[in-house]
Amino acid sequence: VTLLSFATRFHRLDEPPHICWDETHFGKMGSYYINRTFFFDVHPPLGKMLIGLAGYLSGYDGTFLFQKPGDKYEHHNYMGMRGFCAFLGSLLVPFAYLTVLELSRSLPAALLSAALLTFDTGCLTLSQYILLDPILMFFIMAAMLSMVKYNSCADRPFSAPWWFWLSLTGINLAGALGVKFVGLFIILQVGWNTISDLWHLFGDLSLSVVTVGKHLTARVLCLIVLPLTLYTATYAVHFMVLNKSGPGDGFFSSAFQARLSGNNLHNASIPEHLAYGSVITVKNLRMAIGYLHSHRHLYPEGIGARQQQVTTYLHKDYNNLWIIKKHNTNADPLDPSFPVEFVRHGDIIRLEHKETSRNLHSHYHEAPLTRKHYQVTGYGINGTGDSNDFWRIEVVNRKFGNRIKVLRSRIRLIHLVTGCVLGSSGKVLPKWGWEQLEVTCTPYLKETLNSIWNVEDHINPKLPNISLDVLHPTFPEILLESHMVMIRGNNGLKPKDNEFTSKPWHWPINYQGLRFSGINDTDFRVYLLGNPVVWWLNLLSIVLYVLLGSIIAIAVQRGAHLPAEVEGLSQVLLQGGGQLLLGWMLHYFPFFLMGRILYFHHYFPAMLFSSMLTGILWDTVLQLCAWSLASPFLARGMYAAGLLSLLLGTAYSFYLFHPLAYGMVGPLAQDPRSPMAGLRWLESWDF
Amino acid sequence: MLGFLERPVVVTADINLNVVALTAVGLLSRLWQLAYPRAVVFDEVYYGQYISFYMKRIFFLDGSGPPFGHMLLALGGYLGGFDGNFLWNRIGAEYSSNVPVWSLRLLPALTGALLVPMAYQILLELGFSHCAATGAALLILIENALITQARLMLLESVLIFFNLLAVLSYLKFANSQKQRPFSLRWWFWLTLTGMACSCAVGVKYVGVFTYLLVLAVAGVHAWHLIGDRTLSHVRVLCHLLARAAALLVVPALMYLLFFYVHLTLVCRSGPHDQIMSSAFQASLEGGLARITQGQPLEVAYGSQVTLKNVFGKPVPCWLHSHQSTYPMIYENGRGSSHQQQVTCYPFKDVNNWWIVKDPGRHPLVVSNPPRPVRHGDIVQLVHGMTTRFLNTHDVAAPLSPHSQEVSCYVDYNISMPSQNLWRLDIVNRESDTEVWKTILSEVRLVHVNTSAVLKLSGAHLPDWGFRQLEVVGEKLSRGYHESMVWNVEEHRYGKSQEQKERELELHSPAQMDVSRNLSFMARFLELQWRMLTVKSDDSEHKYSSSPLDWVTLDTSIAYWLHPRTSAQIHLLGNIVIWASAGLATAVYALLFFWYLLRRRRCIRDLPEGCWLRWVLAGALCAGGWAVNYLPFFLMEKTLFLYHYLPALTFQILLLPVVLQHVADHLCRSPLLRSVFGSLVVAWYSCACHVFNTLRPLTYGDRSLSPGELRALRWKDTWDILIRKY
Repeated sequence: VTLLSFATRFHRLDEPPHICWDETHFGKMGSYYINRTFFFDVHPPLGKMLIGLAGYLSGYDGTFLFQKPGDKYEHHNYMGMRGFCAFLGSLLVPFAYLTVLELSRSLPAALLSAALLTFDTGCLTLSQYILLDPILMFFIMAAMLSMVKYNSCADRPFSAPWWFWLSLTGINLAGALGVKFVGLFIILQVGWNTISDLWHLFGDLSLSVVTVGKHLTARVLCLIVLPLTLYTATYAVHFMVLNKSGPGDGFFSSAFQARLSGNNLHNASIPEHLAYGSVITVKNLRMAIGYLHSHRHLYPEGIGARQQQVTTYLHKDYNNLWIIKKHNTNADPLDPSFPVEFVRHGDIIRLEHKETSRNLHSHYHEAPLTRKHYQVTGYGINGTGDSNDFWRIEVVNRKFGNRIKVLRSRIRLIHLVTGCVLGSSGKVLPKWGWEQLEVTCTPYLKETLNSIWNVEDHINPKLPNISLDVLHPTFPEILLESHMVMIRGNNGLKPKDNEFTSKPWHWPINYQGLRFSGINDTDFRVYLLGNPVVWWLNLLSIVLYVLLGSIIAIAVQRGAHLPAEVEGLSQVLLQGGGQLLLGWMLHYFPFFLMGRILYFHHYFPAMLFSSMLTGILWDTVLQLCAWSLASPFLARGMYAAGLLSLLLGTAYSFYLFHPLAYGMVGPLAQDPRSPMAGLRWLESWDF
Repeated sequence: MLGFLERPVVVTADINLNVVALTAVGLLSRLWQLAYPRAVVFDEVYYGQYISFYMKRIFFLDGSGPPFGHMLLALGGYLGGFDGNFLWNRIGAEYSSNVPVWSLRLLPALTGALLVPMAYQILLELGFSHCAATGAALLILIENALITQARLMLLESVLIFFNLLAVLSYLKFANSQKQRPFSLRWWFWLTLTGMACSCAVGVKYVGVFTYLLVLAVAGVHAWHLIGDRTLSHVRVLCHLLARAAALLVVPALMYLLFFYVHLTLVCRSGPHDQIMSSAFQASLEGGLARITQGQPLEVAYGSQVTLKNVFGKPVPCWLHSHQSTYPMIYENGRGSSHQQQVTCYPFKDVNNWWIVKDPGRHPLVVSNPPRPVRHGDIVQLVHGMTTRFLNTHDVAAPLSPHSQEVSCYVDYNISMPSQNLWRLDIVNRESDTEVWKTILSEVRLVHVNTSAVLKLSGAHLPDWGFRQLEVVGEKLSRGYHESMVWNVEEHRYGKSQEQKERELELHSPAQMDVSRNLSFMARFLELQWRMLTVKSDDSEHKYSSSPLDWVTLDTSIAYWLHPRTSAQIHLLGNIVIWASAGLATAVYALLFFWYLLRRRRCIRDLPEGCWLRWVLAGALCAGGWAVNYLPFFLMEKTLFLYHYLPALTFQILLLPVVLQHVADHLCRSPLLRSVFGSLVVAWYSCACHVFNTLRPLTYGDRSLSPGELRALRWKDTWDILIRKY
């Protein structure tokens, strides 16, 4: 089984020699690790770290840019990273085999499950590229396998294999969570299994309370403490490796950025207190909102007043610079003849945009997206505006009259005329606003992070610079912050209205695949689509399983006496199958609740569970059929025939659909000359 | 047979004076000065407009909930003789004399008052003492937030009423199950459970959580029934079928019935028509129906049509073209074909007319007999006013560069041939030779040369495109999406061959004679789907709050302020009840797990019957609280304090359960028990005192001085309005 799995996964691994689909992201992030530049991604770091490590070990130097899908790799060594993913992907099949064998104690069931996975074009395709999914699925399956193994050691508690499998479960849980947050579902499954296990032990009156306590402690240690430690450790490595400033800086707070060498806050020395005439950048305290920004573009007609746009922008840019001025005089405070005057809590100020010399302004027009807020614009010429340009600067939780500290003071800007508070709604403006975030003035004076800012850069030649060693966030702080940013990033991935998006109900019916590479008939095309025979068999099996399972459960509840053989089979079906069904449900149903944009490949962990369930189910069904037949010879024959036809059927369907995974050139499927002619069984498959 | 002659006819009435008294005080507290204030209070401004729509029988669409709740409110208006003429635009606006305020507010107030005796009944049915039951009713009675919410034209108290009714009737049913299954009483309570559940769902979608809870409890009971080996198989099957019918089929039918009544009542076209499909609009009186009445059904070669996009987002619009061309060079430097613009335009316009042409024939009129267009036919679309052909080609669209530009072809002699053949793909066809029908057929137009699909991209064109919506040819059609589907709305057979005549014809309104109706199920499904997918504009409100604020009552809502004095209505809970209910839930959970763990080790603290009672009370009351509270954490809509009231009601029911349990089982000595009893009395009088103190804010009848108001601001987060003189 293992050999076959490796053979299928490594066959034509080097093709196509260009970037396919999300390789552009994850390959790039692998390179970032090799180059040690900081970046931001919505997934936890372990998966990308492993990819980077694989690349590093295989001699990839991190110089390839991974700009867009279709770019040729040329001389760059990409096989290491692909090979690593394919290696993990190949292990899924033996893992499934062992898990099913352990659950059902039936070799044919295990073989069937392994065959389903080996011959599934979808799993094959997903395992062949530089993606997070093979790594995630590897950890999920490994956790499942070790959990099942450890369950079967339950009669020898505290023995060496027991400890081994228990701690291995914990390690794999940490791995799964460290690759994607979807790993949470397998944690739930293991958690459920552990609780029911403990409940069982607790009810066993032959065990003393102390023994049960020992069991509990062992599980807490291996399944909670150990994974958490490992998970935190991956972050520690992540932060240690990535110590250079990179494209992800703007997503993080000022304190966080100070850690990164190359960032302008790293070992920076800037004036400590804000004074009139200072040039500053203002950053929103809410994570992943960015800097107060303006540019030479007006709000379009029909959207508030036709004045200059004010937005927030995540990246560092000279358009983020503002000058603090007094509200009532336009004199240049940097004139050396004036003494330095500090800005104090409660002062009325004017903020002038450095590049365009327009003042930060607000008025009773509705904001572009948040209709109940007021619009914020840039107004005035060369700093001369009107009274709507006046803002009162306040420091949160400080006394009036205090000076304002760079970086550390949390400030609010209150519009003098309307009494509203400057904030960012966090909503993305349409194209006219360059997809930057909306800035509004909110009349609701609730204290939220959206309306609190801090001063980040500060330039004032009249003030002495001091070194900012104060900004050394502790490890728990940066850990927490990076999680907040990731969650916000995940929530930000919202589908657009007029686009076709993949829906969870599409997935089990294999409604539509994902195009990995190539569109036209001359391109080398790879299309991620499950082997329809396997997938529809899985779907049928789930329905059949639920039916059969409830019939047996009701029969037992009614007190029917089952023959010993059927009793054993139904035990396997209800317990082993039940665990797999739970796994399938946990990895599938939560997607219905998710608001973020979803893709077809999110279903694959669930698909692994449903394939294993199919194996157990058909083995049991065939055995039951065979048992009901009278003659033992006929029974054995029919069992073998059924099993063989299932195995050969999947193998043949793999032969039919293999061009999807290994890639094809030639006309599209409508054409009879195409390699896939006649196989476009659903209109929605676009290969 | 003549038995009644031999024995006297005896009617024995068993009147529980407790219930009578509780009902009376409940009514008193909720109905007292009900018509005051004679002004629009808070969300009345929102529900009121729908009442007016019902009174005028105008169709509307409200995404916040199914129509049953609105209909109940409208019933009050109907009985009070309301004619619907009131402008619901501002909170605090004085009601004009034609608005029957009292009868409009009567129904929520009655349901609110009935909560008091129902709480009593529920505790009795759960098997607790009269004392505990009376306590539960008295707590509901003096809960300020429930009173405020019940005295206005709002739906929460109706929802809570049906929630409690469902629980109560299920308990009555479960108790009669032990005595006489399949008796009249048994059937009555079983059916009432199903009906109350569907009413709760019909008032607000959140009612579904209580429904699921009742279903779960019923499921567990049914599972025990299956395990009961003293019953025959047939009898078990009968039990299961009866439950399935009453708890699944009846609610579904009731839900359909609500929509049936709703659609029968609101049958005239109104301001929300635009969101619905053309077919739906044509089924309403007036509006589109007046225009489409009498159109020919089958689209033929030579037909003049307007094409509406089925998706209709961001706004419903029609395929449109006009004299202006695409600018040679866009702002970002990309080039265009400079041909005539094709857009989607959200208003009726003569430029929305297109003529369906047979590519093989020249004339633009309908032949006699008309030759209908069928699925799969190749057609050309000619823009009526400019006689140019709908065309797409391998030029990037103005705002969606991954898609093709769609234009009306202008021949500039620059070796850019016209590509104006489109294949008609009827999406909702029943057979492959189906005829293209007005309004009913949903079609995709697939370009023959490039297999691009005509699609509304949803982006607004800049000034050069007059801010109309962009239409593109989608090359990579990644599957079915409604933005690629169009339907014919207005339609007539073209008769004039000459362009001048044709322009006159286009300007004249269409009129001919066929009528068509949509089935109820089709209308129901469409309306329900639109209600679930319609998006509310904005999600911020001055008084919005998060679920975490509710348990500790860290938020409040100002409902109404007297125009001159500082008399005001403010949604505030009775903080004592609020806090102790939260505490009771925690105590319940702790005790429950404690007992559960000890039972697992075979230490039985409670007798079996007592334990089962304790579990059932917890499942319904603590469970009711959890299912009505926790889902709000996952919701993305704007949330207010009043959303917590259904959960709170269940929590209050749990309070006397816990108190009685503590008194009976944890206070071992009589002395301890009497101390505990006096503590409970002291606590209750404390709650009464709080109720009395907050009463002016609950009823809004008395103007308090700024000092008194400031003294009432027990929490910084309560925004009690204080006038500055």
